[in-house]
Amino acid sequence: MDLGTFLWTTFAVFLTMATFSFLYKDNPFYKFAEHLVVGVSAGYFVVILWFNGLIPNLFQRLADGDWYLLWLNSSKPWYIIPAILGIMMWARFSKKYAWLSRWPMALYIGISTGLAIPLTMSNQVNKQLYATMVKIDWAHFFGHGSFNLLDTTSGFSQLIIFVGTIASLIYFFFSKAHKGVFGAVAKFGIWTLMIGFGASFGFTVMARISLFINRMQDVKDWGKVAFNYSGNNQNYSVWFPIVFWLFILFVIAYIIYEIGYYLRSRTNKA
Amino acid sequence: MNIFDKMMRLDRRWIFLFLIIVCVVTYIIPFKVPIHVVPEVRSIYDFIDTLEPGKIVLIAIDYDPNNLAELQPMTFAIVEHCWRRKIKIIFTALSQNGPGMAEQAIRDISDSMKVDKTYNGKFYKGREIKNGIDYTFLGYKPYYGLVILGMGQDFRLPFPTDYYGTPLDSIPMMKGVLNYDQTAGVIDISGGSITDAWINYGQGRFNFPLALGLTGVMTAQYYPYLGSGQIFGIMGGLLGAAEYEKLADNPGRAMGGMRIQLYAHMVIILFIVMGNVGFFMNKRKKKLREKGI
Repeated sequence: MDLGTFLWTTFAVFLTMATFSFLYKDNPFYKFAEHLVVGVSAGYFVVILWFNGLIPNLFQRLADGDWYLLWLNSSKPWYIIPAILGIMMWARFSKKYAWLSRWPMALYIGISTGLAIPLTMSNQVNKQLYATMVKIDWAHFFGHGSFNLLDTTSGFSQLIIFVGTIASLIYFFFSKAHKGVFGAVAKFGIWTLMIGFGASFGFTVMARISLFINRMQDVKDWGKVAFNYSGNNQNYSVWFPIVFWLFILFVIAYIIYEIGYYLRSRTNKA
Repeated sequence: MNIFDKMMRLDRRWIFLFLIIVCVVTYIIPFKVPIHVVPEVRSIYDFIDTLEPGKIVLIAIDYDPNNLAELQPMTFAIVEHCWRRKIKIIFTALSQNGPGMAEQAIRDISDSMKVDKTYNGKFYKGREIKNGIDYTFLGYKPYYGLVILGMGQDFRLPFPTDYYGTPLDSIPMMKGVLNYDQTAGVIDISGGSITDAWINYGQGRFNFPLALGLTGVMTAQYYPYLGSGQIFGIMGGLLGAAEYEKLADNPGRAMGGMRIQLYAHMVIILFIVMGNVGFFMNKRKKKLREKGI
């Protein structure tokens, strides 16, 4: 790694620190990191869209390699139709011609809906319904081979899925008071939902901690590079640890500033 | 304010600080935690492990940098497993910032593949990974639903060229590869709603074997598809990646992060218990006060 790459890596560590500083309070460093992410993502997306979408899928098909004549001598001249429809989308910026954008929009929504409705019904409704209507495997009620309640194909799991689904649906049935047996089933339904939400919460905690772990791993790698831990960096120079310590000093100075600010504000309040 | 009030109204910044200290300490001290492999991760591993060399798998890198922490270890483990077994890969990246993620993964795993390694007692000689021979990176195209449907007809419809501008017909690996029928299956590593499109427009329409690698936040939501048989495997978050790394005998960032996960979860459970104890004790105190006891 050369010094230039190391400086970029240091900048990445700075952005990491800036982002996590929000956990204490909102501050200009966090704002800078936040705006940078949004700006870079948008810019990157535009470039990707241009080079991976418009150029190969429209311009190259229209131009057939001849950029001067464009579609006039193209073997696929019909690609001019989606091009015109795309341009019509931009009419939204004009109050007078905004109606033009409804045509491509209508076409797009019509195609999307036509594609989505049958496939979504089939895959997200019907197949899920079939999955809850399986014949309960009484012969392997507690698992296949050994006792295993976590076996998702055991009769026990199938029964839980069936009863849990019915009970959860009953909880959302508000046309009848949740009393007696109906109320008890609805209560079982809410417990089923809560277990589901609990599992989601657990996974969410894992996801958030994973982000922090990843950043710690990257900061550690940065530290290793700063002191040439592997010993095989041929571009290593004295500037690496200098940059490292300058950055650490900067972080410490900011923490001291924040502590001072906190103490001053407490004194002023008193 | 009594102790139970304090337990309920603890400044969240103390929780963050405590969590950071626990994470850093467990990161610094090296120790291992046991990792239990679940059948839904094992089925993905078995799928790759039983494929014959030369077969093609489509791996969809459908995540942005914000999901890199959880999903990049999955990509590393699966792709290296494929390449060590000489299985060819078609990469797509249907997420906006996905191409960058895919390129980074391809570059880093290609570097790792140059080194001789032994996994699960089997020696694999290092080799050069070649674009067009070992993999094809198709890149990004907008409107992922239509792209997935288009690839079901012919990869050349949405992707006349690969990400680097080479026409698909000029790529040796893509000769005779028309659509999903010529692939062994699809593994979607995703951090967003593109997964729904792979299930609806991909597996649902073209009926190919589909497995998912998901962020922790999404995982619970997609388990019903496993029960219905629409997907054959699921890897959830960093834990799923760690399980795959364990199966592949290729310890990486995910396995390294599991001990931190364990203690971080303990800290969070501790604070949840604290908050609940504070809540119920306060409630009891209030009831007793109302009764005049």
